[in-house]
Order: sequence, then C-alpha cells, then structure tokens
Amino acid sequence: MSIDLAQFHQVFFEESFEGLDVMESGLLNMDVGSADAEEINTIFRAAHSIKGGSGTFGFMEVSDFTHVMETLLDEMRDGSRQVSQKGVDVLLKSVDCLREMLIAIQNEQEIDKERVLTYKHELDEELIGEVGTEVVQHADPVIPADNKQDQNPGWHIVFSPHRHMLKLGNEPLRMFRELDELGELVVLADDQGLPGLDELDPEECHLSWDLKIKGEIAEDEIQEIFDWVEDDCDMAIQSLADRETSRAAVDEVETQSNVGISAPPEVGDGTSEVAEKEIPANKVVEKKSKTTATKGSSSSIRVDTSKIDTLINMVGELVITQSMLSLMGEQFELEKLDQLKMGLAQLEQHTRELQESVMNIRMLPISFVFSRFPRLVHDLSSKLGKQIELKLSGEQTEVDKSVVELISDPLVHLIRNSIDHGIEMPQQRVESGKPENGTIHLKAFHRGGSIFIEVSDDGKGLDAEKIKAIALERGLITENEKLSDLQAYELIMAPGFSTAESVTDVSGRGVGMDVVRKNIQALGGNIEIRSELGKGSTISISLPLTLAILDGQTISVGDETYIVPLVSIIESLNVVPEKINCVLGKGETFQLRGEYLPVIRMHQIFAIEKPITTELTEGILVVVEAQGVRCGLFVDDLLGQQQVVVKSLEEHYRAIEGISGATILGNGSVALILDIPGLLRLSVGAEMDSAAVA
Amino acid sequence: MASILAVDDSASMRQMVSFTLKGAGYDVIEAVDGIDALTKAKSNKFDLVVTDVNMPNKDGIALIKDLRGLPTYKFTPMLMLTTESSMDKKQQGKAAGATGWIVKPFNPDQLLKTVKKVLD
Repeated sequence: MSIDLAQFHQVFFEESFEGLDVMESGLLNMDVGSADAEEINTIFRAAHSIKGGSGTFGFMEVSDFTHVMETLLDEMRDGSRQVSQKGVDVLLKSVDCLREMLIAIQNEQEIDKERVLTYKHELDEELIGEVGTEVVQHADPVIPADNKQDQNPGWHIVFSPHRHMLKLGNEPLRMFRELDELGELVVLADDQGLPGLDELDPEECHLSWDLKIKGEIAEDEIQEIFDWVEDDCDMAIQSLADRETSRAAVDEVETQSNVGISAPPEVGDGTSEVAEKEIPANKVVEKKSKTTATKGSSSSIRVDTSKIDTLINMVGELVITQSMLSLMGEQFELEKLDQLKMGLAQLEQHTRELQESVMNIRMLPISFVFSRFPRLVHDLSSKLGKQIELKLSGEQTEVDKSVVELISDPLVHLIRNSIDHGIEMPQQRVESGKPENGTIHLKAFHRGGSIFIEVSDDGKGLDAEKIKAIALERGLITENEKLSDLQAYELIMAPGFSTAESVTDVSGRGVGMDVVRKNIQALGGNIEIRSELGKGSTISISLPLTLAILDGQTISVGDETYIVPLVSIIESLNVVPEKINCVLGKGETFQLRGEYLPVIRMHQIFAIEKPITTELTEGILVVVEAQGVRCGLFVDDLLGQQQVVVKSLEEHYRAIEGISGATILGNGSVALILDIPGLLRLSVGAEMDSAAVA
Repeated sequence: MASILAVDDSASMRQMVSFTLKGAGYDVIEAVDGIDALTKAKSNKFDLVVTDVNMPNKDGIALIKDLRGLPTYKFTPMLMLTTESSMDKKQQGKAAGATGWIVKPFNPDQLLKTVKKVLD
C-alpha cells in the first residue's frame, strides 16, 4: 500500500513553524539559572514534534538537527544541565536555523548545508562543553547485525508468559499467527500451570507454549515478534541446528559415533531479501515528496471554528429568506407587496451580516505580528548593551490578514528605532533619574472604525531643534520656515532624513521612516508622532479595519462613475466665481475659508470626452485631503454613499497611478476607486513632498 | 472493521496515521491529547489505541494508564508512537499498560504492519 506522504507536508510545515514560535517565545521567557521545568518541557515537546514529523516525512536534515537540540533540551529538562544564557542563545540560533531549513524545504530550495553545519557545531560544542559524556550519540552509524546468521533449519522456542501479560493487550495467539507467517510452525501448549477451576482467574494467562518453526529465519525476526513482551515472559530461543548439535553431542558421548553437521545453506538470504523490498518503497516516498512540495507555498489561514459556525448559521437564514421570496414570486399579488418589502429588507440584512462575517474570517489577532518582537528586542538590546523590557498589550486585537502581512516590516523598523535611538544606555538613564531598564510598549486597540497600533518608549524623546537643524542642513526646509514641534517630528518621515549621528547596522541607514510612512499609507492608514524631550516618544499608526471593503462616495464625471473613499473627503461644495483664482504656473485654485486650494479637474486627468460641464461653478468641488495636503476635485455630480467591495486592479489589469482598485456597482457596471494620495501626487506633483514637510 | 483511536498533538502525524489506517479500512477517530482521547474513549469502544507519548495536558503514558483502569479497555491493545528509542520510555509505557510501541520515524507500511499485528 503506498500512501503519498507529501499530502501532509503543508500541515507539517504549518505546525512546525508554530512549534518554532513556541520554542522561541519559551526560550525568551526562560529564567536563566532557575528555569521552570514545565517551560522547558513545552520547548522540548515542540522540538520533539518537529523531529518526529520531519523524520516521518523524510526531511532527515531537519530531523538530525532537531535531535541535537532535543538532547540538549532533555538534559536541561531532567536537571543534568544548568540552563545558561549561552545555552539559550545557542538554542535560539538553532531555532532560526531550523526555520531557514524548513522554509528552504517548503520552497524546494537547497538547504544551506554550511550554515546548518555551523549551527550544529555550536550545538554540539554546547552539548559536549558541559556534560562531555555520552552525548554525540546521534551520529552513531547503525552497524547492521549481520552476525548470528547461523544458517539453520529453524528454531525451537519455549514461551511462558507471565500471568499478567493479557492485561497489556498482548495476545499470544496473535504472536503465533505472526510466527506462522515466517515459516512452518508447530505449536504445543503446556497446560501444566493451569490451576483448578476454583482458583482459575480467567483474566490471567496460565498456559505456556513450546514452539517449533522451520525455515531459514533470522533470529532477529523472531525476537522482533516477542519484542514487546520481553519482560513479561520467560523465553528461550534455540536454533534447531544447535539442538541437533547438542543432541548430536550427547549422541556422540553415548555412541562415540561422529554425526556431521550438514553444510550451511546460503547465509543471510532472508535479510537481503527484506532489504531489497524496502528500497523501492523508500524511493517512491522520496520522489513523491519532491513533486508535491510545491503545493506547500499556497497561503492558508486558520479560522476559529466559531466563526465558521456563525457563517453557516447565516447562510441558513439566507436560504430561508430566499425560499420565502421565491414562494412569494410564484403567485404574486399586489396585496403581498408589504410582505415582499419585508422579505427584501430581511434579505438585505442577512446579506450584510453574511458579508460582515465573511470579512471576519480574514481577521487574525495581531499577536501573529507581535510575537516576533520579544526576540527582536532581546537580540538587539543585548547587542547594544541596553536593558530593555518589551510590554505587549492588545495582542488579541483582530486585524485583516493583509494588514498582518504588511504591517510587520514597518513595525520592525519602528521598534528598531526605539531600541537604537530612543532608549538610552543604562548609565545615561540612571544619570537622568530614570530606571535602568528601558521600556518599549507595543499596543493595539480598536477605536471608531480604525485599528490603532502604537509603539511607545520611555527613552530620550525627539529633539525638535536638532531635527530642524538637520532638516535645514539637508535642504528640506528653509531658514524662514517656522515649524511647530509636531511639524518638526513629521520631518523625520521625509525622504532622505536620518537623525542618527552615526549610521548603525540596527537602524539609521537614511532610508526608513519615509518608507514606513509609505507602507502605512499604502494600507490606507496614517502615522502620527508624539514625543516629549527626555521622556520618550510614541508613534501611533491608525489603519482601517479592513482593506477589502470601504465606505465610498460615488461621483460622476461625464458617463463615468468613480468612487472616492469617504475617509479622504472633508466636504463637498458649489463654488462661487469670486472664490476662483488662477495662479500663474500653478493652475487653478479656489479659496476656502481663507485658504487657497488647488483644483483638480477630473475630466482632464482621466481624459473624459463629454463632461456635463467644464465650468467650475456649475459642477461640484469635492474637498479631499491626503498627507496634509488638501485640494478640490472637480466633478459633475455626487451620486451617493455606499460600501463597496474593493477588487484589485493589478490582479485583473495593471496598476494605475491615481486608482487604487475597482468595484462592481449595483447595476453591474464597474467603477474605479480613486487613490487620493496618488491622485494628488499625480496632479499637484512636486508641491506635495514639500507641503507634507511644511 | 476494527475501530482505532489515534492520538497525537501534531496535526500532520495525526492525519498521516489516520489517513493510513482509514485507507486500510479501519474506522479511525482522532484525538489531540490525552484528555481529548480519554473523553472519546469513554463514549466509544475502540479495538485499538495508537497514541503519541509526548503531548500537552495528558501525555501518552498517563493516558494508557488511565485507559487500562477502565473495565472496557482492560485487554485492548494500546500502542505508543515514540521517538524515544531509549528503554526507559518503553519501560514507563509498559508499566502503564502499553501493549507495544512504534518507533518514529516510521512509514505507513510499518504502521499498518504493526497495527495488523495486534488486531484480529
């Protein structure tokens, strides 16, 4: 029977990565010196599962590597080894190495053997370094037991089980059945030990057996059958040839005649046949694991069953409503109009609920992202000689899966910044009257329709004056510009700005905050900096709850319909002629409460041939804002507000600047969704960056 | 056909065991740890229990011990899946009442062969 093991690979990878996360966080939380046995056990168990799985599914490199880790952990667990910082560090590195190996296998790439060897070496050193005895036994080559290959005509077995054997689920009859498969078997039961009926306990075994099996059978094969009951019986296995010999010897003594032992037939025939049979089986498994590993890369998501139950429930409701409506449709009379309306209202409600719960499936707790940070903070702070504690809160806050995927890198950057630039060296902290240990607080929470993720530290805070000086030096601002502290903080997110006095390999490579801001904005979010000199700073990111559905304003220009995300709209107005100005070289502007805002003519930008009007006063100006820049979109008309499902344009067509996606309207036509920041960049162009800074 | 309870905290191993045994025609119920297994064992009568040793909540050895204490599982074969080829785990398992063991890594054929060994 051949089973394609590759079908279990994806699950194996998923659980292994989870296991690695468990190991990592366990190792990070471990108290060096006085580690909790249960904690070590949890880590051990994760390593153990990975080893077992990788061995079974044929990833021997992983299995070998994990074996060494497991040995180390086992010694820690049973107390024969002290948990040292070095040990923990080596294990942490090994976790990384394992992760790399698994990713490589998953993506069908070559494992970097040199790297693995280096790590393995470190592990081995750690193992031998302290205990030194009986350690590196994992590499022991298995010496095939090819001795004892007495060519013999068969075996004589005396088997007397201990009375309790049946209670272990071991049944002598089954063993005999197995023996029978090996060769010709003769069984003689010995009932001498059978007690009288009044003493007989039917749950115990009172019989013993005398077995003779004929054929060229290796002793190991027989041993294997009795392997499980070795300690639950008295047993003697003797070669029939030996019996012959001993009997012959007796005969010899008695009769002085020389009985020859027949010449041995071919040695070890049985075993070599077994080996041959096994090889092809292994080959098949290997080949299959190669062909199906590609499946492993598809992305999957773990969903709480309760969410699915809700969904099923909802679909049930929907089906009921649908059947009600179709029943009504069959024989519709005008009196039933109210009923129909009610049914339709119900349908609408169910559809909305269904939509919400489907979206909910995509929601994952942000702990998926947060969980990697304890490690980051641990590694970086020890590298820099700082003492930093990371506090996490709101890990269970749920965010859209795409947010989980995209928010990670920006957050890494922010945390690195806090560690590198924010938190001071311990000495410095003590001098300025702060506790020696710095704290970084990472939290997530819902407010309104948004998710907030904040990174705050109690470090030295941002120095507005210093930032201004640097911005001046880099030509980002001019001498005359008066900036508030808040505006100054914004400067650190301008392209090409870095306050790090020396560029370290932790952060401060000059690219950074501007990229972070770009990433956040790509997610439709916002980033805000609060800081107090000497006290610390907080960087707050706000993101829309989900990226797949947005509240939009439908607008029309000529025959076209567009969607403007509601979050970008400040107001919509009719403009009077006196408020319109033409600025030389800057195009049209209009005045709104003393402020001059540029006008973007939608029909021009999208080259729409027959707009209803080209007169600003006849159409509508939709005032939108992005990255601190405002402007008026000139459109023909406002059509209405509605929730739209965002469909990716890149997937179906290609990326277009100024458009973030498309959606399908109620009448079946397609409407493009405007990307306000992109649109502003496109038309107001160069002003944008300087305006964002100013 | 015989019914088997397959216990393992690792989903991939559990699926592999379950799939293999189902493929051979057995009825298989899966359990994720010792506690889950015990609950399921009480509401069904299995002809064989195949359990991992290292598991959270209740490990395989404790599970076997508890099951042996139940009248319905007094003589039921119970196999441990173990990577620990060391004697002491086997001894502990035996002392708890295990029938035998299957050493990891194993392939489906080995598993089936061993299972057939203890089922009628």
